[in-house]
Amino acid sequence: MLCDSCRERDAVVHLTQIVDNTVSQLHLCERCAAERGVETSVPQKSPLGDFLAEVHKQVAPVTSDGSRCAFCGTTMADFRTTGRWGCSRCYATFEQGMRELLRRVHGSSRHVGRGYNAPQDEALERTSQIGELKERLRRAIENEQFELAADLRDRIKVLE
Amino acid sequence: MTVDLSLIPDGGVGWLDASGQHSDIVLSTRIRLARNVENFTFTGRARDGERLRVLTQVREAVSTVPSLRESVLFRLDELPPTDRALLHERHLVSKELAGLDGQHPLRTGAAVFLSDGLGVMVNEEDHLRLQSLRSGFALHEAFAEIDRLDRDLGARVPFSFHHEFGFLTACPTNVGTGMRASVLIHLPGLVLTKEIGRVLAGLQQMGLTYRGLYGEGSEVVGNYFQISNQTTLGRSEEELLDLLVRVVGHVIEREEESRRVLLRDAGYIIEDKLWRAYGTLRYARSLTFDEAMNYLSGVRLAVGLKLITGLSVYTLNKLLIFSQAAHLAHAEGRALTESETSLARARYVRRALEAEAGTVG
Repeated sequence: MLCDSCRERDAVVHLTQIVDNTVSQLHLCERCAAERGVETSVPQKSPLGDFLAEVHKQVAPVTSDGSRCAFCGTTMADFRTTGRWGCSRCYATFEQGMRELLRRVHGSSRHVGRGYNAPQDEALERTSQIGELKERLRRAIENEQFELAADLRDRIKVLE
Repeated sequence: MTVDLSLIPDGGVGWLDASGQHSDIVLSTRIRLARNVENFTFTGRARDGERLRVLTQVREAVSTVPSLRESVLFRLDELPPTDRALLHERHLVSKELAGLDGQHPLRTGAAVFLSDGLGVMVNEEDHLRLQSLRSGFALHEAFAEIDRLDRDLGARVPFSFHHEFGFLTACPTNVGTGMRASVLIHLPGLVLTKEIGRVLAGLQQMGLTYRGLYGEGSEVVGNYFQISNQTTLGRSEEELLDLLVRVVGHVIEREEESRRVLLRDAGYIIEDKLWRAYGTLRYARSLTFDEAMNYLSGVRLAVGLKLITGLSVYTLNKLLIFSQAAHLAHAEGRALTESETSLARARYVRRALEAEAGTVG
């Protein structure tokens, strides 16, 4: 679709205007849109992130060094930009203020749904080992390393 | 590698078959659970290698989960954009996972396991997004299915869980149950009688929210609304489902009531309007997506009101999916320009309606 204004470039901004109860559609290219003062750049910050960070700031004035998650390195500044935590440990790292943040978002900070117990380490270890071996087996077959493949297949069989 | 949709049971669109309850008004029910695998950073912050390790671990676990034993794995990161768009148009993967949302690049390790009505997206915003998709209004059935899958998978892969906050997610709006239960509902009666504003405001007061056809960030088109729970913490899965069942049940009643009012007070005007919608779909030579959605909405209403008979809801559901750009290009076997897409869409809709035309009256 061509720009309604210059009729040269592709329209990338689609405006719906309401003037005197009449709805009209205007399709503009980026340059013409900018000339008319329409903001076209994608906002750098997530609005949700801003909102959540604001809540967080109000309830937990973070120390000036800004705490950093020891596992994934996420900081409050990161959270403010993306509105996302970096890993499950962030919930403990930023626990101070997390309850209030969750209360503001959900009206509650306590999970009352189903509980969960993670599977035991031994079983997991085996599952993940088998997974790794199968992945290597796939690659070995792809690369036509049949001796290695046979060896891997035996090891998988033992574990299974 | 290209996607072979015939590998998926029912092509992944079994939910279109209009077999569920209230399926003339409620197209489908979807429940998704957000889960993360312990000891890995969340997807958005993970390196390629970590995401691939998550995929490997999940793939191994999936191979022993009964409900997924027959599932098919699609590596989104190995598919061309056209195939990713196909999966997205079928509601089987999110726009973000398909790398089509313009904000997130396609991620290494982005994948989906698909089985009959069940799916597991890997390396979405959370490591795992389990989803169950059903025809009609079937929240409890969909939950029973997804809950079983969740328990089976959670027994093989350690999920991130906090005793106080519940299941931990990248976005704090999903933490707790990690559950988003939604129904895709068609509400032309409430829109035409201008009651919709009040109904939507009421939803929000009840802790529910609504979105367009494709979930978060998508616009409402063709009078299709996705109603879902807004919060995920502080209420149990059952409480959230009961609330949704109650409120959506009420919305269905209000929609039926406004359809009765429309017929009573504006019978011939409505009848004329809806037949014109049918006429346009039946004979138009070019249709944009929004046009097609709006006319299909009219025809769907006409079928619901029994003004048009002999046309199945299943056909209308199929048109909704198969008249989208990627599906049209797939059917034509080549890339289409925007105007070619509109021509192909009109042709496709025309033929589908023609096939049932002998019985329409």
